[in-house]
Amino acid sequence: MPIDQHVLPETDLIIPACHKEEEDEYEVVYHKPATLVDVNMHYCPGCAHSLVHKLIMEVVEELDIQEKTVGVAPVGCSVFAYDYMDIDMQEAAHGRACAVATGIKRLMPGKYVFTYQGDGDLAAIGIGETLHAINRGENILIVFMNNAVYGMTSGQMAPTTLPGMHTTTSPDGRDVSFYGAPIKVAELMANLPGSFYVTRQAVNSANAVRKTRKALVNAFKYQQLHKGTCLVEIIGNCPSNWKMTPVEAAKFIDEEMVKTFPLGDIKVPNAEDLKIF
Amino acid sequence: MSEFKLMKGNEAMAEAAIQAGCDAYFGYPITPQSEVLEYLAREMPKHNRIVMQAESEVASINMVYGAAGAGFRTMTSSSSPGISLMQEGISYIAGAELPCLIVNVNRAGPGLGTIQPGQGDYFQSTKGGGHGDYKMIVLAPASVQEMADFVFLGFDLADKYRNPVLMLSDGAIGQMMEKVQFKPYTRPEIDKSSWATTGKPKTRNRNYITSLHILPEKMEVHNLKLEEKFKKIRENEVRFEEINTADADYLFVAYGLSARICQKAMDIARQKGIRIGLLRPITLYPYPYQRLRELTAQVKMMLSVELNSGQMVEDVRLGVEGKVPVEFYGRMGGMMPTPEEIVHHLETLIQYHHAN
Repeated sequence: MPIDQHVLPETDLIIPACHKEEEDEYEVVYHKPATLVDVNMHYCPGCAHSLVHKLIMEVVEELDIQEKTVGVAPVGCSVFAYDYMDIDMQEAAHGRACAVATGIKRLMPGKYVFTYQGDGDLAAIGIGETLHAINRGENILIVFMNNAVYGMTSGQMAPTTLPGMHTTTSPDGRDVSFYGAPIKVAELMANLPGSFYVTRQAVNSANAVRKTRKALVNAFKYQQLHKGTCLVEIIGNCPSNWKMTPVEAAKFIDEEMVKTFPLGDIKVPNAEDLKIF
Repeated sequence: MSEFKLMKGNEAMAEAAIQAGCDAYFGYPITPQSEVLEYLAREMPKHNRIVMQAESEVASINMVYGAAGAGFRTMTSSSSPGISLMQEGISYIAGAELPCLIVNVNRAGPGLGTIQPGQGDYFQSTKGGGHGDYKMIVLAPASVQEMADFVFLGFDLADKYRNPVLMLSDGAIGQMMEKVQFKPYTRPEIDKSSWATTGKPKTRNRNYITSLHILPEKMEVHNLKLEEKFKKIRENEVRFEEINTADADYLFVAYGLSARICQKAMDIARQKGIRIGLLRPITLYPYPYQRLRELTAQVKMMLSVELNSGQMVEDVRLGVEGKVPVEFYGRMGGMMPTPEEIVHHLETLIQYHHAN
């Protein structure tokens, strides 16, 4: 039984996926994917998670792979992802998503397996499992949500926190001489021969969302090739922990985050590999 | 009946895993059980099964989690320091109610300790190990034959209760060679479709594997459900062996390797006219408290013999409830007591209790 029904306060507000009575009068040009569970999400206003959840579920619907997809959501804000994604999923211990996904994919190589990990999870406690999974070329998709802070525990410094950035555990700003520089996960993992497709995207504008969606479509499709790991790093907005309005947070990505985490493809498959599409 | 083979305990366990239909094994090398991974790395591919050397015990137990969550018969094995690393994953597996088999070829600790056999992981195995309220069914083999047999039993119990099962062996039983026979085995039919994450067809709701129940009201319901399961396990799965208890005035209580040594000590003591029996717990959880309590009506003293500083003796005392004296004798650090040494200790204790 989905526990989200108990997480959220009771509400009379029902937002249907599409308005039935209007269908006759207007053409429906957009609706939420049927693979997304129609409930209120627990995420903060302006948070990237809800948007990326929807994008992933749109891709699953578009590729018609609901029956073949298994997701892994480890500890972090998105640990409740299985309340929203209408697919089979496994919750994982903090940092262990790639090991759990390895267990799933090796036993079911025909399935589409993805992890959905935050930056504390992937880049701190779980970087070992992540690196080794990619080095083995596990045919999984890693969706890496990088918002430069620990979201769920309310804004502590992450391995990805920008130099000088104020967090609850770096109150004077991240001191690079003490904590080192932010880890550029996408660049790091692209160096491994096991990675097949590595890109860094964002969801802070309509254009960015379109690009991220395209990246996710490709990353899911590439699993059919059994050529290695796909890593889609997404710079996530976290207005609550950045102490910003959603609009300020969207701007912060363009003005500050991209200086450390430039957007775009880092490793793309060669044309030979993609012949079958 | 198949023929007898001469095998190491670790190899017999690995062969049993194949014959029990183990779909996947994930492990990391550690002495004294590296033969398991080596054997399976060689043999599993021949049966189209999955075997993987993980980057750590932390990874291997989480690979087990993933594969077990997808409904596959899955196992890992390690030795004490590696099993310590797995405790987080085991707690999650118990919380998420995933069936799997974990084997600990116990070596003496704490810390890096030694690669020699020990029984210092009794508390860790039977009293939790990881965080939170959970129990594993703990099987303690005392021979190479049982290292093989308990793989079949362990997998079946794991499936029956949707719970991790631990086989707690030790470095001696893992390394020694004895004759072993693999009996014909039929895997029970278990329908995992109501929970295994195999991909959601349109015809059912999504399955998900989780140990997370954020609301206390829900978490407690989950806890109570688990407790109900552990109660059933305590009622139905207690296993032990008794030798020479019919006329016994005294009782050895020992498991695994200690029980083997106590068998010889018992023969020596009986030749000296001391009527002593042996109770060997086969399941360390659930523990045979009831049988120990019954035996207090008959025996004058019990002696728990262990390769540690005195861990199982606490369970013996819980069972005995103070009705007869319960004594302890143990060696540590990978050192083995000789049967004569145990008998000498027994005689001293008998004299002491007779005088008092």
